[in-house]
Amino acid sequence: MKVAFSVRDIASRIEATLPGSVAESGDQHLAVKPDALREACTFLKNTPELDFNYLSFITAVDYYDHFELVYLLNSLEHNHSLTLKARLYDRQNPTISSVVELWQGADFQEREIYDLFGIRFEGHPNLKRIFMWEGFEGHPLRKDFM
Amino acid sequence: MALRTEPFVLNLGPVHPSTHGVFRMRATMDGEVVVDIEPVFGYLHRGIEKLAEQRTYTGVIPLTDRLDYIASMSNNLAYCTAVEKLAGIKVPERAEYIRVIMAELQRVAALLIAVGSFLNDCGAYFTPFLYMFRERERIVDLFEMACGQRLTYNYMRVGGVSQDIPGEFLPALGKFMDLMPAFMDEYDRLLMQNEILLARSKGVGILNREQAINASVSGPVLRASGVNWDIRKADPYSVYDRFDFDVPTQTVGDCYDRYRQRVEEMRQSMRIIEQAMKQMPGGPVKAEVPHLIRPPAGEAYARIEAPKGELGFYLVSDDSIAPYRCHIRPPSLINLTALRNMVRGWKVQDAIIIFGSIDITVGEIDR
Repeated sequence: MKVAFSVRDIASRIEATLPGSVAESGDQHLAVKPDALREACTFLKNTPELDFNYLSFITAVDYYDHFELVYLLNSLEHNHSLTLKARLYDRQNPTISSVVELWQGADFQEREIYDLFGIRFEGHPNLKRIFMWEGFEGHPLRKDFM
Repeated sequence: MALRTEPFVLNLGPVHPSTHGVFRMRATMDGEVVVDIEPVFGYLHRGIEKLAEQRTYTGVIPLTDRLDYIASMSNNLAYCTAVEKLAGIKVPERAEYIRVIMAELQRVAALLIAVGSFLNDCGAYFTPFLYMFRERERIVDLFEMACGQRLTYNYMRVGGVSQDIPGEFLPALGKFMDLMPAFMDEYDRLLMQNEILLARSKGVGILNREQAINASVSGPVLRASGVNWDIRKADPYSVYDRFDFDVPTQTVGDCYDRYRQRVEEMRQSMRIIEQAMKQMPGGPVKAEVPHLIRPPAGEAYARIEAPKGELGFYLVSDDSIAPYRCHIRPPSLINLTALRNMVRGWKVQDAIIIFGSIDITVGEIDR
């Protein structure tokens, strides 16, 4: 995989377009503020040199005091990738905007995260449980589930 | 006078041969035409990601066998590659070559099932399927020779493979390699220009390039839509950069192209196996790895080109003997995202073929 841009380079581009949206930029990943996720993703997808047209996967990790959402973005044209993160500190009602409009591939994966972690995706067209049945109590992949 | 009609809901599955496992499609029909479709998952949900959090890193390997259970070797490889990346373990050369041979044999075996069951859905009921099983049987025999198992191999380990291949393995593999091209030519002769197959699959369920990329489709389905994207070339792992092989692509993205794509990929896998057999060095087959692996705190994502597409493991370590989080990127689930766009407007018998041409394993969807 070519590394055409460093993570810090991409971070400064996002920061220049959307001031105050970057929460942290490391060597391996970039964390944005949850409120700015959709704008940041739109920018990453639609900027021609970046061209992150392929969403490889989305997942979430429960760190007890916060949930971390992980997005792996790829550009099939330029063959580069970026790990994008967003952290949610509200455990009672974690909410983030959906990226289904940008990448349809997020559809089932966001439903899976909603089902297993209880994170709501605002703007998702069909947000309901995917593996567990309706009426199931709790979210199994949360660390305090069992 | 127009006849007044009403849409109705038709359940395909969960227990029906056309759904390739316990999987349900809720189809909204207007007469024979599919107006909308909603896949319903979860019948085989075993919580493998949760179970992995309570096992040692080695203990997760048998669970990966049960994801895409017709391609267990590929699952083993993806998981072990991820742990090795996380813990910084170097795999001995010989083990890398054994892994490549096993992964490519597994690809041929899995694609044989994919093609066979697709033809089943087309109406060529079980004749081609059994032809394909004849060849798959030889591959399964080879796996049995290496690890004693015929379905859930549990063969690879973090840092290599569980045991070296026996002396009779390579001669037996050579024999298979001699026979296989003739079998593949036989399929082509019987099927490639078969009128019924062409009539049923040409132009049916077209997935164009933009839709495929936008829906995060991967593997043969993506390449059949004309996208040259193969993890073995784009993000090489193991020793794939040492082999000379092509990434075939198609242009239209219909069911026929997906069928053809899989047949062509088998031929490329055979090329890789041939080169790996010639280049295989001697030496150990497993790195010195402690019994309980304790990777430093951190995270790693490793992906491979599995028979169905990009199979990846996202692992998070908290410096203990069990993964803190083990996420599996399931190509079968994500490839199904595109299904809705592909089947709308087609008749129910076409919907079955379109679904079959995506090639899924429910074990991997539900996990």
